[in-house]
Amino acid sequence: MDYKLDFSPVIAGMPSLLLGCLGTLTLAICGMALGMLIGVGGVFLRDSSFKPFRWLVIGFVEIIRNTPFLVQIFFIYFALPFAGIRLNPTPTAIVALGVNGGAYAIEIIRGGINSIARGQTEAGLALGLHKAEVFRFIILKPALRAIFPSLTSQFILLTLSTSIASAISAYELTSVSQRIESESFRSFEVYFTDTFFYLIISWMIMRLFALISARLLSYPVK
Amino acid sequence: MRAPEPASAEPIIVMEHVEKWYGTFKALYDINLAVLKGERIVLCGPSGSGKSTLIRCINHLETYEKGEIRVDGVLLGNRTVAIDAVRREVGMVFQQFNLFPHMTILQNCTLAPMRSLGLKKAAAEDRARRLLDRVKVLEQAEKYPAQLSGGQQQRVAIARALCMQPKVMLFDEPTSALDPEMVKEVLDTMIGLAEDGMTMICVTHEMGFARQVADRVIFMAGGAIVEEAPPQEFFTAPSHERTKKFLGEILP
Repeated sequence: MDYKLDFSPVIAGMPSLLLGCLGTLTLAICGMALGMLIGVGGVFLRDSSFKPFRWLVIGFVEIIRNTPFLVQIFFIYFALPFAGIRLNPTPTAIVALGVNGGAYAIEIIRGGINSIARGQTEAGLALGLHKAEVFRFIILKPALRAIFPSLTSQFILLTLSTSIASAISAYELTSVSQRIESESFRSFEVYFTDTFFYLIISWMIMRLFALISARLLSYPVK
Repeated sequence: MRAPEPASAEPIIVMEHVEKWYGTFKALYDINLAVLKGERIVLCGPSGSGKSTLIRCINHLETYEKGEIRVDGVLLGNRTVAIDAVRREVGMVFQQFNLFPHMTILQNCTLAPMRSLGLKKAAAEDRARRLLDRVKVLEQAEKYPAQLSGGQQQRVAIARALCMQPKVMLFDEPTSALDPEMVKEVLDTMIGLAEDGMTMICVTHEMGFARQVADRVIFMAGGAIVEEAPPQEFFTAPSHERTKKFLGEILP
């Protein structure tokens, strides 16, 4: 073992690595927002009384959860242009992350809603509230509170999945690292730094979720 | 201490030939019931006899396959408008309280008046505080449900229903989930309500309450109304075997 550590290419590349971190954060946050939207909307369609909507959502969830994320990205980036839909790498990555995260979020959110006792809905209906009002004012917050731990880990996973977007050269941390590595051949130093930055990003997202939970979703329980 | 106000001759709830199935199980058999304004009715019977199902049909928490239900003249079909109108006039108190855990006591009481009656926040809070005071939990207004005892929570649930200024109150075993020492405070609240002339249908096993405030006691078994009578007659001279058996089991 006479390998000599040399971090100078990493240090020289630091500005682009930090920009890469920013790219990763952008992908992650946009992906989560889209995923949440698809998740909540999907739950509505999934439990609507119009059967075709249900089948559509069930089919969507099954397809997404049973195919590799890398293939989903490739499909959007390389296959959809033949259907006339052409997206740049970053929007492609956001859509793929959102669609993928959304499919998992649908199941998580449904679980949360089902965990809220039926009596809560009945109490709201008996008070003359409409179904949508019952959902918005009575079910949503306790359901979010119930699912927050699983939603957090799902979104951490989504954050880490942004690295797969390097396969279509979206601008994010791993694609920047790959470039520096291929120019300097300092594999250990580059991926050591890459790993370290992901840890920090994950930790930040975790803190963000803990903050949201404490600020918006806490109330006394028995 | 019987309530002095006589019930008026005008029915506010009319059920005619109501029948309900859960799949192949028939839960309600040909229910006919007219409840007069100001009348206080106690529904009793063994568990599974359809008492809760019956009152839950009145505000359409349960659907029914046959018959008609009218509340204050409104025919309760499957039309959303009619169901909404009826639910605004009919308050309900549940066995498990069903307070909203993420809202303060005050917010629990103001949500529905603001959303479905269009009350301004200040007006809704005024009304809520008045009614919380009436059920003697006003000092808990800023707390959350989990911070209250069961008896306090159930009294809040009564106040929450009253905030809609309903014409009828339905009670679905309101004291069954309570620790024994808290039953009285809830019953006292209900007695006060009865004395103020509220039309009430109470599913309960509290026979002391039935004796004290009911105008009529209805006994159900197997999804049908078996017997109905004023409490005096019901408790001293029940006419059906099933009623006698039931009373023999629950009365000391």
